[in-house]
Amino acid sequence: MSQLFPKSANKLPLQIIIFLIVFAAVVTAATTYYATPEYTRVGYAPVQPVPFSHALHNGQLGINCRYCHSNVEKTGFANIPTSQTCMNCHNQIKADSPLLAPVRASYESGNPVPWIQIHQVPDYVYFNHSVHINRGVSCVECHGQVNEMETVRHEKSLSMGFCLDCHRDPAPRLRPLDKITDLNWTPAQMAEHDKWAADFIARNKIAPPQSCTGCHR
Amino acid sequence: MRYAYIILALLCVVLVTLLGFRGATSTNPPRQVFPDDVFPQMTNQDKYLPQSASPFFADGRSDRPVPAGAVARGTPVDDDILATGQTAPGQFLHGFPAGIVIDAGLLARGRNRYNIYCQPCHGALGDGNGITKHYGMGATPSYHDDRFRQMPEGEIFNTITHGKSTMLSYADKLTPHDRWAVVAYVRALQRAEQGSVNDVPAAHKTDLGLK
Ligand code: HEC
Ligand code: HEC
Ligand code: HEC
Ligand code: HEC
Ligand code: HEC
Ligand code: HEC
Repeated sequence: MSQLFPKSANKLPLQIIIFLIVFAAVVTAATTYYATPEYTRVGYAPVQPVPFSHALHNGQLGINCRYCHSNVEKTGFANIPTSQTCMNCHNQIKADSPLLAPVRASYESGNPVPWIQIHQVPDYVYFNHSVHINRGVSCVECHGQVNEMETVRHEKSLSMGFCLDCHRDPAPRLRPLDKITDLNWTPAQMAEHDKWAADFIARNKIAPPQSCTGCHR
Repeated sequence: MRYAYIILALLCVVLVTLLGFRGATSTNPPRQVFPDDVFPQMTNQDKYLPQSASPFFADGRSDRPVPAGAVARGTPVDDDILATGQTAPGQFLHGFPAGIVIDAGLLARGRNRYNIYCQPCHGALGDGNGITKHYGMGATPSYHDDRFRQMPEGEIFNTITHGKSTMLSYADKLTPHDRWAVVAYVRALQRAEQGSVNDVPAAHKTDLGLK
């Protein structure tokens, strides 16, 4: 009887299995790399109606975050400033700048400047700024070095894993309350940070929620 | 078999070329892996979030303008002097209202608020030399003029609430209590400007290298 298949065909099933394993590994790797928030969100920096620069206003002029985002330590929502907030200065500084035309129009008409929202958790997640700000979590932990950004860029993934990483062990990332809006400050600048943090956690009874109902209410 | 691997490798190259790397800056809104309109997953619920858009209202926003005469929560309703700084229309209060207790806590609060909301223009020392002076903000006065030393507390409070000519209102950023705290801190700055060696307690003189 003549041979239908060459001898090498004996190895084929094994080769196919190996290929499928490699293929599965590549698909898994590609999915984790491309289908997670680290890829889908990080880097989002829309073009805003006014080219507002945090690097200039906060980094260079040293205006505190709370001058504009004035509700951040009082409520869950960090407000985008009203156009009156801009006009406090821009009624005199660069009062005729064409870049600021939408702000002036908004101040006169009362309609908001159509800023584009960048950070957004899904509606099934409960997030609250004030609990974090008043318990020593700085803006930089979740928004990156905004004080150096010409346009705001989505710097952290804000995925569930990102939140939980800190909720499981907040101590190394906490800081004194007067350093919350000082984005260049790092815990390394503080002598005996771990001792301070342990004391701070005990004093304020800090226990970030790890159960599902804490964030999915 | 070799071809299968080559095709796989080519696929990888195409994928990386099309999708790029993590963290690349992009002006496109974040992609959803399972778009909410095809796979409903409660990502966009039928509720209004603050400062969001609304197709229902004519001006297109979910935040409604405050109706005239509405009183915000936390506003003192039964204490007109504390809420306005005036004992009668146009009559500014001298001193502080009865509801405000002046202590170290109030001054610390005042300093914290002052350094956020007033310092960019009026300067950390209250001398009118804030950072904005170098960029064309004219006529920010110094608190150390006699006019401001004599000015009733209620009038400073009123300036924070309603603004004064080119300075706009800070009522949306500071609650009445915080405004009084800032007024107290302004008074502290005025006092500090006139400080002399005699004001330093004896116990601390050596810390400053004074005898
Ligand atoms: C505390 C004062 C202050 C506030 C509040 C402020 N700015 Fe500015 N802004 C400045 C100064 C100072 C400059 C720099 C002017 C210069 O370079 O001479 C500036 C520059 C700008 C420029 C560049 C203008 C140009 O023609 O080059 C834009 C745009 C701008 N600001 C937008 C805003 C917006 C939007 C807001 C409100 C969210 C705002 N600013 C609030 C002080 C302020
Ligand atoms: C002078 C006013 C001003 C100051 C000071 C300021 N911001 Fe902003 N911020 C804005 C405006 C206006 C926007 C909306 C436009 C934009 O995204 O650039 C904004 C947007 C943002 C956003 C993105 C919001 C979104 O849509 O997701 C973040 C995060 C943010 N600011 C953080 C900060 C932090 C942190 C600081 C302090 C280091 C700060 N801001 C100081 C005015 C200000
Ligand atoms: C624990 C993480 C965390 C910290 C700390 C934090 N933010 Fe946010 N921020 C978020 C998240 C998550 C969102 C998206 C919230 C949403 O969808 O409403 C957000 C949204 C914002 C927005 C857009 C408006 C909004 O609330 O949706 C602004 C402005 C902002 N943050 C400013 C700040 C400033 C200023 C600070 C520091 C004083 C700060 N954030 C600290 C996580 C954080
Ligand atoms: C850098 C650390 C850190 C990160 C990142 C962080 N948190 Fe927190 N979270 C805390 C701390 C600290 C508390 C305060 C716990 C306390 O006071 O007991 C807290 C408290 C909370 C609470 C409890 C609020 C309440 O009213 O009980 C919620 C909800 C929450 N975080 C949600 C989130 C979400 C959602 C994210 C991700 C977008 C997040 N957190 C990211 C540190 C963090
Ligand atoms: C610290 C806050 C926090 C806690 C605690 C938490 N989650 Fe989440 N969860 C989030 C955030 C934030 C997201 C949104 C992630 C995103 O959009 O990338 C999320 C998303 C999800 C999703 C949707 C995932 C997706 O991609 O569609 C599920 C399912 C979920 N959580 C289940 C749980 C369960 C089950 C628990 C309890 C074991 C839990 N969560 C506890 C913050 C939390
Ligand atoms: C954006 C810059 C700016 C900020 C921030 C600012 N001011 Fe002023 N302020 C001015 C200017 C400009 C004047 C001069 C107004 C005029 O008479 O033309 C002024 C005037 C005043 C006066 C004198 C009013 C009078 O009767 O002549 C007082 C008091 C005052 N400011 C208090 C404050 C306090 C308190 C804060 C903080 C809550 C503050 N200002 C924040 C710019 C500012």
